[in-house]
Amino acid sequence: MLGVTNLEVVYDDVVLALRGVSLEIPDGAIVALLGANGAGKSTVLRSLSGLLDVHNGKIRKGGVTLDGEPIGQLRPAALAKRGIKHVLEGRRIFKEMTVEENLRVGAHSAPRDVKENLGRVYDLFPRLVERKDGTAGYLSGGEQQMVAIGRALMSGPRFLLLDEPSLGLAPKIVAQIRDIVVEINRQGTGVLLVEQNATMALSIAHHGYVMETGRVVMDRPAADLLADDDVREFYLGLHTEGDEKQSFREVKHYRRRKRWAS
Amino acid sequence: MNEFLTATGQGMGNGAVYALLALGFVIIYKSMSVISFAQPAFMMSGAVLVSHLTGRIGFVAAVVVGTIAIALVALVVERVAIRPMVGKAVFVIAIITIGIDIVVRTVAGAFVGVNQLLLGDPWGLKVVTVGGVQLQERHIAAILAAAVVVTVLFLFFRYTRIGLAMRAASLDQEAAMAQGVSIGTVFAVSWALAGGLAALAGVFAASGNAFDQSLWMVALVALPVIILGGLDSLGGAVLGGLIIGIVESVVRTYHSTWFPFLDTNTGGIAPYIVMLLVLLVRPHGLFGTKEVERV
Ligand SMILES: Nc1ncnc2c1ncn2[C@@H]1O[C@H](COP(=O)(O)OP(=O)(O)OP(=O)(O)O)[C@@H](O)[C@H]1O
Ligand SMILES: [Mg+2]
Repeated sequence: MLGVTNLEVVYDDVVLALRGVSLEIPDGAIVALLGANGAGKSTVLRSLSGLLDVHNGKIRKGGVTLDGEPIGQLRPAALAKRGIKHVLEGRRIFKEMTVEENLRVGAHSAPRDVKENLGRVYDLFPRLVERKDGTAGYLSGGEQQMVAIGRALMSGPRFLLLDEPSLGLAPKIVAQIRDIVVEINRQGTGVLLVEQNATMALSIAHHGYVMETGRVVMDRPAADLLADDDVREFYLGLHTEGDEKQSFREVKHYRRRKRWAS
Repeated sequence: MNEFLTATGQGMGNGAVYALLALGFVIIYKSMSVISFAQPAFMMSGAVLVSHLTGRIGFVAAVVVGTIAIALVALVVERVAIRPMVGKAVFVIAIITIGIDIVVRTVAGAFVGVNQLLLGDPWGLKVVTVGGVQLQERHIAAILAAAVVVTVLFLFFRYTRIGLAMRAASLDQEAAMAQGVSIGTVFAVSWALAGGLAALAGVFAASGNAFDQSLWMVALVALPVIILGGLDSLGGAVLGGLIIGIVESVVRTYHSTWFPFLDTNTGGIAPYIVMLLVLLVRPHGLFGTKEVERV
């Protein structure tokens, strides 16, 4: 079990990005993490993978635990070795390297099992086999996302943290990515799935969290969230009139106050 | 024609030395976006160490031991003086490398004193004549050594785990970290490689004649080389080194015919003129990527 408890994170010593977040990713589960832009989703992932440092972010309170052991102070290399792999927002593949070189870098923390993991990744993404010696930067967006996910899988992680894997992809490709996440999970990897595409995320997740300005505001089984009116309204695009963002926020605040008041 | 070919051969020999030095600069630049001005010191230390070791263990063993030893020194220097500064402005770190250069050069210089040192290389100034073209043995050796080093480096960056990790880190540091690559290791290895390359360059730069404390100035020629080749291009470092070496040597040879009215040999300024001309046409050097400018 991977988790964070009462986590507070600040960037540049002043920007409070997380204000006491708690969530859990049980082994073998898919957990969806939803929220508007700037809610703090990527910050949660960075706290789990040790990448806060690069952004001058710090854990100020609370902690990150793996099987109960505090791991918040560990470096990314150590966390990768322990089986936590973070697929960054925006794919971030090594564009000037070949596809297979990208995958080999992904095997950095598990050099012994390169062959086996390479086979597994190519099984998951047959499309990459044909492209393996091609320059990764020339692949389509969907293929690049496959490289990014495949690269993370190259060390056989226990937990996979996916930051908006469907970002900017066509619906057909999004459906493919969704199936792949399901398959990865079926093979035993726990997944924390950050998504703007809430329908997609909740359709495959076991549990879901919704964040807003650095806090978790909902924490329920995914099916419940899918059925929830608020979530439907804010994230499933059933409320589309006017300036979306503006109305998002207004409705959200109104609803929340109502919910708390009742 | 023979005179020209002789000058070219000599230029390639010198160019091989510049290429080795330039490779070190580029490797460090790729890993931390800093030009390390400590390279001249490592180059001189290499030559000094080898000249002291040769009498005891023979030349070849001395070169191997000397190169590895300087690589380790560079690794320690990075750990002690550079790593704590990570996160500071690139400019600040570059200045720190100048400080390192002066310290290391002073220490190495103490082992030279005011006298000249002999490297103890087997080549001396011996010359092979092939069809009227004269080639110095030490230049042939430098070219062969550089060819081997370049091949090994190519394989290293292409196939080894740490070599791939270093390339990845230079393309996208955060993404490399997310794969479990330790940036500290990347810095350490790049300094060690650059130190070893500089030491080896020092050996060939010091071969032939006796050398003294001014040997380090040879390394300065690597600066126009890396700008010419492109700061972040290993291939550019090699080709740039050879081009600068040849141009310098040819200009030196024909100086009195071309510029009879100038007393000082123009060979020394030729590298900078070539660099400026290339930059006018290709702002990022021959093989540099555009991104470099943003750093
Ligand atoms: N590197 C950084 N330096 C300073 N502040 C940051 C940094 N990264 C994020 N923040 C701030 O932290 C808060 C949370 O950002 P985060 O990127 O975690 O949100 P997110 O939910 O991932 O948003 P998005 O959907 O846009 O990716 C935001 O207010 C953001 O401005
Ligand atoms: Mg984000």
